[in-house]
Amino acid sequence: MSSRIPLPYAPRVLELFQNPQNLGRMEDATVYAVAGSPACGDMIAFYLKLDEPNALIIKSSFESYGCASNIAAASQLTIMIEKKSLEEAWKITWSDVSEALGGLPSVKTHCGSLAVGALRRAIRTYYKEKELKLPTWLPEELSKDEKHALEEEALAEKLAKKYKLLEKRD
Amino acid sequence: MSNIEGLLKQHGKPDKEVYLDWENGSLVDKEVYAEMRPYYLERTFGNPAITHHMGWETLDFYMKAKTKIAKPLNIDPQSLALTHSFSESNNLAIKGIAKMNKKRKKIIVSEAEHLSVIHTAKSMFGEQYKVEIIPVSNDGTVNLDILQERIDDETLLVSLQTINHEIGTIQPVKEALEIVKDKDDSILFHTDATSAFGRIPLDYGKVEVDLATINSNRILGPKGIAGLYVKDGIKIKAIYEGQLSLEILSPDVENPALLAGFSKAAEIQFNRFEEIKNHTQNLRDKLLYGLQTSIGRTEINGPSGERRAPDNVNISYLGCEGEALTVECSMNGIYVSSGSACTSRVLMPSHILTAIGRKPEEAHGSLLMKINRLNTEEQINYVLERMPKIIKRIRNITGGIEL
Repeated sequence: MSSRIPLPYAPRVLELFQNPQNLGRMEDATVYAVAGSPACGDMIAFYLKLDEPNALIIKSSFESYGCASNIAAASQLTIMIEKKSLEEAWKITWSDVSEALGGLPSVKTHCGSLAVGALRRAIRTYYKEKELKLPTWLPEELSKDEKHALEEEALAEKLAKKYKLLEKRD
Repeated sequence: MSNIEGLLKQHGKPDKEVYLDWENGSLVDKEVYAEMRPYYLERTFGNPAITHHMGWETLDFYMKAKTKIAKPLNIDPQSLALTHSFSESNNLAIKGIAKMNKKRKKIIVSEAEHLSVIHTAKSMFGEQYKVEIIPVSNDGTVNLDILQERIDDETLLVSLQTINHEIGTIQPVKEALEIVKDKDDSILFHTDATSAFGRIPLDYGKVEVDLATINSNRILGPKGIAGLYVKDGIKIKAIYEGQLSLEILSPDVENPALLAGFSKAAEIQFNRFEEIKNHTQNLRDKLLYGLQTSIGRTEINGPSGERRAPDNVNISYLGCEGEALTVECSMNGIYVSSGSACTSRVLMPSHILTAIGRKPEEAHGSLLMKINRLNTEEQINYVLERMPKIIKRIRNITGGIEL
């Protein structure tokens, strides 16, 4: 085993792990996005069903290949953005998610960040796919959480190469 | 702020509990505890290096107790140093040898060693040591051809484990030792037998390794005590300072209660060796092949048949992340560990699973279960009944994410 660290999850993390809200692929999603990498061992798929004229989130759902806190963070975020406008959803940060979960262990803060990264990627994808003008609240430059998702994906590739994982893949 | 009480409350106490995480911590056998108790409360707690009746009593006890541990290894009790943990034994074997032998500057270890060996070897970089890491095959067996190539007149020490702690590979220690000693008799050979002591026969009178690490807690003895066999005539030095007593390689105040437990555990384990081996091996086969046949998209990690440790079950469940699996198992009262990155400090999967060529998604979905003599067939049946549901639920959370 690798070096271990105690992970005293908050009760809310376990609660959402036991009974995740808004879990599963959404067949009629307006837009979806995936963040993370199998090399890092955590990925989140985020689905949004939008009331497009009003830029409102009607419902959202997720799938997670990840640890308990990853699952809980994604689920918590779907609850937090329910019936919210895209602008409101965009403004939710990883620390908001972490706080709503009762705090994530420091080594797991990236789980909150990855969930937010996946949501923001979905929002950005929506504007790109529909070729809509970017609203003023949506910066052209990638936000911190999106960058985090990208960095994690890049890091995973790099580590995978370092440990010769990719060479051994078929 | 963590709220561990709240976490435990949310988790709830499962109706049925099956402990299979023997790799990461064991209880003390009842008989072993009964043997230890009087050494805490009344008997021979004196320091064996002091000249009074109680000290000599302890000294007498020490010699007899060490004999019980040494006998099944076919070694002289005097050559068994007691330490506080197998990690300390592994550190001592490497650093203690290096301290006494300054001329040669190369240490060879395998890629699948325990981190207490790999990290200790790498920590020697700072002292201008060269560390060679020998690759292993896809079942975890150390590559002897490469070992032969890498040993040279610079080589001080070769450290190869006897049984891999994670995937149960029984290593060809005898063959490796012959290769090393044929090349140069003065190269020292250490084996970390932590996962092997009490599991397979070890005869250091015949397989003449220079140093071997053995452990108490893995055979249901107490934590806080382990051993390092140091063959007569090998030069080694303590790696920390203290007041010298009996154990000059681990200078401290001796703890007779721990030794009483360690020696009793060894006595039980070796008196019932065949029975324990058959029991664990039968349950292992039932669990290993039962899981493999009842659950789709699985990969067994490590060898099959005689070259697999009698207590080891390690399977990757594709489409599952291992930390989530351990938590879901826990909800079902099944306590196991995973080689997933998410369970680790560095967020990298188990170095052993990557060493045997597992893809990241295979390593992340691995679960390690160990069978102990205390496990029952009824417990294994329970695990076999629950695991398909556990895997199904976690795969459902992964959903359609393409790995």
